[in-house]
Amino acid sequence: MVDREKVSALVEKAKLESLEEKDILINTLHKIQDYFGNYVPVEAAEIVAEELGVPKSKVYEVLTFYTMFSIKPRGKYVIRVCVNLPCHVTGGREIVQILQESLGVNFGETTKDGLFTLETTSCLGLCGVSPVIMINDQYYGDLTPRKVKELIENLRKGGDER
Amino acid sequence: MIIFINEKSFEAKQGQTIYDVAMENGIEIPVLCHHPALEPVGACRICAVEVEGMRNLQTACTTKVFDGMRVYTSTQRVFSARKTNLYLILKVHPNDCMTCDANGNCKLQELAYQYNIKIPTQEVELRGLPLDDADPFIVRDLNKCIQCQLCVRVCDEIENMSIYSMVERGYETLPQPAFGMPLKESECVFCGQCATVCPVGAIVEKPAIGKARWWETDKTTTTCPYCGVGCQIDVFVDKEKKEVVRVYGSAINPDVNDGIATCVKGKFGLDFVNDPARLKEPVVKRNGEFVKVSWQEALDYAANGLKSVIEKYGSESVGVLSSAKCTNEENYLMQKFARAVLKTPNVDHCARLCHASTVAGLARAFGSGAMTNNLKDILQAQVILVTGSNTTEAHPVYGSRIKKAVRKGAKLIVADPRKIELVNYATLWLRQRPGTDVALFNGLLHVIIKEDLVNKEFISNRTTGFEELKRAVEKYTPEYVEKITNVPKEKIIEAARLYAKAQRAAIVYSMGITQHEHGTDNVLAIANLAMATGNLGKEGAGVNPLRGQNNVQGACDMGALPDVLTGYQKVTSPEVIEKFEKAWQTKIPAKVGLTVVEMIHAALEGRIKALVVMGENPRLSDPDASLVDEALSKLDFFVSMDMFLNETNKHAHVVLPAASFLEKDGTFTNTERRVQLVRKAFEPVGESKPDWQIIMELSKRLGYEMNYDSPSQIMEEIRSLTPIYGGITHERIKIKGLQWPCRTLEDEGTPILHTSKFTGPDGLGKFHVVEYREPPELPDEEYPFYLTTGRILFHFHTGTMTRRSTISKYLNTPYVEMNPVDAQELGVKDKGEIYITSRRGKVKGIVKITEKVPPRTIFSSFHFYETPINELTLAEPLDPIAKIPNFKVTAVRVEKA
Repeated sequence: MVDREKVSALVEKAKLESLEEKDILINTLHKIQDYFGNYVPVEAAEIVAEELGVPKSKVYEVLTFYTMFSIKPRGKYVIRVCVNLPCHVTGGREIVQILQESLGVNFGETTKDGLFTLETTSCLGLCGVSPVIMINDQYYGDLTPRKVKELIENLRKGGDER
Repeated sequence: MIIFINEKSFEAKQGQTIYDVAMENGIEIPVLCHHPALEPVGACRICAVEVEGMRNLQTACTTKVFDGMRVYTSTQRVFSARKTNLYLILKVHPNDCMTCDANGNCKLQELAYQYNIKIPTQEVELRGLPLDDADPFIVRDLNKCIQCQLCVRVCDEIENMSIYSMVERGYETLPQPAFGMPLKESECVFCGQCATVCPVGAIVEKPAIGKARWWETDKTTTTCPYCGVGCQIDVFVDKEKKEVVRVYGSAINPDVNDGIATCVKGKFGLDFVNDPARLKEPVVKRNGEFVKVSWQEALDYAANGLKSVIEKYGSESVGVLSSAKCTNEENYLMQKFARAVLKTPNVDHCARLCHASTVAGLARAFGSGAMTNNLKDILQAQVILVTGSNTTEAHPVYGSRIKKAVRKGAKLIVADPRKIELVNYATLWLRQRPGTDVALFNGLLHVIIKEDLVNKEFISNRTTGFEELKRAVEKYTPEYVEKITNVPKEKIIEAARLYAKAQRAAIVYSMGITQHEHGTDNVLAIANLAMATGNLGKEGAGVNPLRGQNNVQGACDMGALPDVLTGYQKVTSPEVIEKFEKAWQTKIPAKVGLTVVEMIHAALEGRIKALVVMGENPRLSDPDASLVDEALSKLDFFVSMDMFLNETNKHAHVVLPAASFLEKDGTFTNTERRVQLVRKAFEPVGESKPDWQIIMELSKRLGYEMNYDSPSQIMEEIRSLTPIYGGITHERIKIKGLQWPCRTLEDEGTPILHTSKFTGPDGLGKFHVVEYREPPELPDEEYPFYLTTGRILFHFHTGTMTRRSTISKYLNTPYVEMNPVDAQELGVKDKGEIYITSRRGKVKGIVKITEKVPPRTIFSSFHFYETPINELTLAEPLDPIAKIPNFKVTAVRVEKA
C-alpha cells in the first residue's frame, strides 16, 4: 500500500522547490522515486496526477519518456552502460559482456536478489574516460572487465558505490 | 498575398499553411497525421514539400505561407522522401488488409498503392503486441499504429479527457492509456472519436467488425437522435440489409460538434434501429395479447376506436401525447391532428417534464422561452456558471466544450448538490441543499447589488421592475442564505463577485433547475441575475438552458403544447385561432388543454377516455408512476405509435409500428434553436412507416384529408403559419441549419437573442420578484433522505434506445449513488441492494458508494424498469405556472435489502 499522505507531502515539497510550473511534475517524480527506492509505484503516480491536476496519461508519458524513471521495482543499484560509439570502440562490448555474465541478467532486468538492475544509457559526455558506466548517481570511467568485476563484488559484499 | 505552388500563382491569406492553400485549390498533398478539426503537429512527415530558399523539406500542414513563397509538391526529392517514410511505416505494419476493418478507408493503404511500396518479406519486422478488445466499443491493435498521434490529440483537444499519451520513446513510441491499462480500466468515456480519426485500422469500432466493408456502405449525414446538442453525424449503413455499420462525427457544421465530436450514445448507441424487437407490423390487442394485423385493419381499428370515444364522451375526452423524439414535421402534424381532426385541446409532450419551467420563466422575463445564446460562443465566456446540469454526462459534447473553455482560461462556478465531473474544473463549487436554488440566486443578487456590481445602464435602458426586486432581495443576506442553502457565506460572496465582474458571463442550466415545484421561480431568479449584470444579448453570455432531447425544442416550437400553436402563438388569441382555422379549413378548439400530468390524472378520474401516444414512455418517465399504470389501464381506447413495445404501450389497444430517424426525412431543432436536417439512410424496416405518414392515414380515416408528398412540403405549411420559422426550408438548411427566429427567406437566422431589445411587446426585460419557498416534501424522521434523480452517460431516459444498442453491453443496470457515511451506517456494500421507500411507493436499487453525493442524499439514475424511481416521486403539487412535476426533491427512507 502506498502511503497517500507521504506522497502528498512529497508533491508539496516539490511544488515549493520548483521555480517553474512545468518543473513540478518531474521534480515530484524524482522525489517519489527516491523515496520508494529506484521506482515510482503506479499507485503513487496516480496520486501525483490527482494532486497536480494533470491527466494520468501525462504522468505516464513522462515516466516512460525519461529512462531514469521506472514504474517497475528496480534493484538497489541501477547500473547503466553507455552504448554509444566512443564507449563501444574502446571496449564497451566487453564491459556489457562481463556485466551480463556476472549479474546473470539482460538489459531491463533485475537480479533475483534484488540488488542490481542492468540498463543502457546514451552518451554521458565522458568519452575521454570511456568506456563508462553509471551506478545509481555515480560515474565510473576507464573501465576494464576486471575493474567491473571488482565493483560488483564490492557492492555484493555490502560496500557502497564509491 | 500571392504564393506559387508548382509555378502557378494562388491567392493566400496570412496565417494559412501551405496545406490549407493547396487544399483550397485542389492540389493534392497527402497527409496521415492531419485532421481539419485538430491543431496540426507535423508528426508523419508525409506532407513534406520543397520550399524555395529552405534547405530541408517542409511539412505542408504546419508551415505558414508568406508572400512570394514558392512551393513544389511533386519533385523527385519530395517523392523519394515520401517513399522512405512509407517504407518505414509499412516495414512494421501487418499486411492484413483483406480482413482489416479499415480496408477501403485507410490512408496508408491508399498511399502505399499510390507510391507502389512493396516490403520484401525478409524485411518485415512486426511489433507482436496484444490487442486491447476488453470493452464492447473499441478494438485497439497497436501493431497497425502509424504514430500519427491523432487519437491522443482528439482525446485531448476535443473530448478533453486526455486518456491517451505517447508512451515510451523513439521507434517504440505508441499511444496508450495511463499505465498501459486497457481502455475499459481507464477513465475513458467511449466517445469513440479516436476510432473516428484513426487513419488506419489501429483503432476501430468493435460493433462494425465484419458487418460490411467500406465500399459496401453508404454515408448519410444527419442529426443525432439523443440529446439536445444536435450533433451532426455521418451514419454509414448497409442499405440493402438496412443496417447501421458505423457512425462518425460529421465535419458539416463545426459550430455544433467541433467538426468531429460524438459521445458514446451518438457513436455507439444508434444500432437500436436494428434491434430484433423492432415492431415490423401493426398489432392490435385481442384477448389480452397483441396480434399482427394488416395496416388497413390497424388503421381502421384505430380510427374507429377514436371515433366511438369522441361520439360517446366528446372530443375533450381524448388526449394526445406528441414526441420530443420525432421530427418537427411530425410534431406539427400531430398537434394539427389533435386540434383540427380530433378537436381536442389536450395535446402536450414530455417537454412538460423537463423544461416547461424554462419556456414559462424565460418567456415571462425575456419574451422568449429558449436558450439565448448558442453552443459555440461558450468559448468566449470569461465566467461560466453551471447549475443543475451534469453537462459532461447529459450533454457530453457540450460538456467537453465547457472543459475546453476552462482550459482556455474561463473561470467556472458550479452550483450543484452533487460533486459532478465539472467540479474538478471549477474555481468555485457551491453545494446547495437540494431545492434551495431560489435562495442561492437571490443571495448572489443581494451581494451584487450591495457591492454595486450591477450593470446600471442595461437595467435602466432595457429592463423594468428592478427597484421592486432590489427591495425583495434585501433580506437575502449571505448569512441568511447560508442558513437555507448550507453554502458558506464567503463562497456566496466570492461567486457573486466572480460572476458580476466578468465582461461576459454565461449561465448554463438544465433539469436540476427546472424540475421543481418552484421550477419557474428558479428560472426567473436566473434571469434576474443575468439581466442585473447585463449578461444578455452578447457573445459568451446569456441564459442557456440545455434541452434534454434531440427535438424537445422543436416539439415546443411546433405547438405540441396545450396552450400554444406553432411558434408560441397563443390559443387564447382570437386572431391566432382565426389564422389557423382559415389555413386548416376547419374549426379548432380555442382553449388551453390539459398537460401531460393532468391528462394522466384526468384518465384516472375518467375524464380522459382515449389517448394517442407517439414515441413516449410515460409509464417510466412520469412522476408517481404506479398511478400512470392505473390510468393507462383505465382507458377505453389507447393508440400507440412506436418502434418498440414498452412499459407504456403494453396497455395500448393498437400499436402502429413507426420508422426510426434513419428511415425518414425531416428536421430536428436543437437546444440553440438551430433547425437541422434529418435525412433518410434507408427504407423503413419491415412494414413500419414514418409517423407523419401514419398521422396522415389516421386523419383521412377520421374525415380530414392530409396530403403531403414529403416532410419538406409540411415545412412549407409550417413556415407559412409560423413567423419565427418563416425563412426555414429544407433547401436552405442543407449545410448548417438556421437558428430561429428566421422570419424570411433572406433572414440568416439569430445566433444570439435579445441583442438590442427583448422579444416582448415593449421590448423590455422583466425582473420578477421570486421568494424562496421550501420544496413540497422534505426529509423528516420517517423519510430521512433526500432523493434526487438524473440522466447518466451510458443510459438515455427510459432506455428504449440505449438498452437496445451496443451501449447495453457496457452498462445495463441502474444504480443509486450513496455517500460512504450512509453506506456504513446502513451496513450496505458497493453493488449491494437497498429498498427505497417514499410516501408513494417502494423500489429496489443497487448501491454505488461515492462521495459525489453528500450524506443523507441519494441520487438515482433515472428510468430503468428495474428501479422505476418515479414510483417514488411526487405527481402533486406541480409548479403552479409551468405544471412541471417536482422530480428533483423527494423524501425517502433507505433500508438494506
